[in-house]
Amino acid sequence: MQLILEKRAQASHFMHFASPLLAISLTVLLGGVIFSAMGQPPLTALYIYFVDPLTSLWAIEEVLVKAAPLVLIGVGLSITFRANVWNIGAEGQLTAGAILGAIIPIFFAQWQSPLALITMLALGMLGGAMLAAIPALLKTRFGVNEILTSLMLVYVAQLLLDWIIRGPWKDPHGYNFPKSVAFDGWHLIPTYGDGRVHMGLIIALLAALILYWLMTRTIKGFEVRVIGSAPRAGAFAGFSQTKMVWFCFLLSGALAGLAGIIEVAGPIGQLQPHISPNYGFTAIIVAFLGRLNPIGVIFAGLLLAISYIGGEGVQIELGISDKTAQVFQGMLLFFILMCDTLIHYRVRLLKPQGGAL
Amino acid sequence: MKKLLTVAATVALASAMSVSALAADKLKVGFIYIGPPGDHGWTYQHDQGRLAVEAKLGSQVETVFVENVPEGPDAERTITRLARQGTGLIFTTSFGYMDPTLKVASKFPDVKFEHATGYKRADNVSTYSSRFYEGRYVIGQIAAKMSKSGTAGYIASFPIPEVVRGINSFLLGAQSVNPDFKLKVVWVNSWFDPGKEADAAKVLISQGADIITQHTDSTAAVQVAEEQGVYAFGQASDMSAFGPKSVLTSIIDDWSAYYIDRTEAVLNGTWESTDTFGGMGDEMVGMGAFENMPADVKAMAEATTAAITSGDLHPFTGPIYKQDGSLAAGEGEVIDLGVLLGMDWYVQGVDDKL
Repeated sequence: MQLILEKRAQASHFMHFASPLLAISLTVLLGGVIFSAMGQPPLTALYIYFVDPLTSLWAIEEVLVKAAPLVLIGVGLSITFRANVWNIGAEGQLTAGAILGAIIPIFFAQWQSPLALITMLALGMLGGAMLAAIPALLKTRFGVNEILTSLMLVYVAQLLLDWIIRGPWKDPHGYNFPKSVAFDGWHLIPTYGDGRVHMGLIIALLAALILYWLMTRTIKGFEVRVIGSAPRAGAFAGFSQTKMVWFCFLLSGALAGLAGIIEVAGPIGQLQPHISPNYGFTAIIVAFLGRLNPIGVIFAGLLLAISYIGGEGVQIELGISDKTAQVFQGMLLFFILMCDTLIHYRVRLLKPQGGAL
Repeated sequence: MKKLLTVAATVALASAMSVSALAADKLKVGFIYIGPPGDHGWTYQHDQGRLAVEAKLGSQVETVFVENVPEGPDAERTITRLARQGTGLIFTTSFGYMDPTLKVASKFPDVKFEHATGYKRADNVSTYSSRFYEGRYVIGQIAAKMSKSGTAGYIASFPIPEVVRGINSFLLGAQSVNPDFKLKVVWVNSWFDPGKEADAAKVLISQGADIITQHTDSTAAVQVAEEQGVYAFGQASDMSAFGPKSVLTSIIDDWSAYYIDRTEAVLNGTWESTDTFGGMGDEMVGMGAFENMPADVKAMAEATTAAITSGDLHPFTGPIYKQDGSLAAGEGEVIDLGVLLGMDWYVQGVDDKL
């Protein structure tokens, strides 16, 4: 007896939108089972994990701070994945953007004007796009698998950051500690209220809206969808696969770089060896959970942000390991991919042919 | 029915209030950890300190900890969360928490903060650290006696003054026994990464080091040394159980007395912002049992430990030469505290560049 996946003639439109909700429900359900296996009251744990982060203004603000980079990177990736281009290196592009953008506060500390901040953001986008251009070039010129090259460049960017921040870019008055000078004035992203909510959130929402418009109302969006779902049809229509690879990498790289400079000019406030708790990788989950739809990505980013904040909550309140949050995120991605697969395919049992028992 | 509900709600509310009133009487003490308490190194010792506070003052305090907090934007949120939840005293136990600790402290003037190994203070932020380098001098001497190749390997985390100071002190101790003693250094760029630490130990051994020492938090290097039949030293906590044949001794960080002292200060209302840099004399740095070595080496190690504890011996007493050959301290001169705290140069004999 053998299990096979058989493509469904018509994927259910309803299920297309229901599957993320189904995946979330399954995650919560299995999460409850895991909590009780750990000897914790499952309902209390789930409450602290998913509901508590939304019950105080401070926690909501922290969720938004966490969601901003995830959404910003996630919307870029959602377009990229839709076009069947696989940029796995957003984490590296984020780092490159942070490095390039930090040139202004580190070497032009005296230049204090709104223009300085705008230049920083532009340099951040440029840095991310430049790093993303490498896998695009290798893919289009030499046919190198972009998954590998973009992923490996993450380590290159992170080690570069590590090196410059321990060497030439180190704060000269910082006792040899690996940190740059603290940014101040117009080298910091404006914040709102008493908490840490900053302009990056608005930038992320704007990016999502613009890309939603691009995908639904423009030829370019049509091109992305055609090339993604039927590359040969795209070729017959005169769409260039090469240009699409470049477009996707530069776009998603620039957005990841922007997220990077916003993180260092916002919540962190200086350049240091560790600037991101893997936002670039988590954004991959965000893009898929958001159905590769820029508006969906906003909600997915918020959900993942809640899972981080909630994971910290259960750790403090119940004394559960910090790995719990990672287990939840892993389960979430697993269930999404499983639900998606089952929407497009059905599982069938093949009876052994001819063999007698 | 409506009345019944109101009564039930009132009862529930009243009981909830009495529970929180009870809880409010206890001082909440929070700890932020860079690694897991199970690292059997740095974080483990801080957690031992936390448990000591509970054991001593359990009726008046309640402790809470958060493990594996990255030294980035998350640290600020985690510390804020503890401060918001009514924690009265918060220990942040890694260097990278310095700026986040100060940022949060400025928003919560009534909460007391204690930051380990940093140099920035405020009215409600104290700093504390240990003179770990005193222990390193002792193990340096032991290493020079026990090594056949005359070369030790040092697994280092980040080139910050605290770590560089340890490397220099180790080598000065070794050179006091064998002036030609050499030291190889491998940087793993992490405080806690058992895989990298084990790899670094293997590399150092293959390069001829027959003594391994470390400024990282796991027991991986000790385990590698045990397998390959070379000697090692425990770091932060007593690691002899992980290398019964290889561990010569351990440098033990003892935070218990300091944590109890600071917690009592908050309870008594006498807490003030201070800068503590305690060593063997203050019982903040201790040595494990001296094992796997001949009696004369053991006697030497015990004598050195006693001399440092009493203050008769300072590891950074001249003559000390920098790596470039320039004189850092003349005969009998002790390098002053300011230079030690900002140390960014190697002494002669270190086979590495900063």
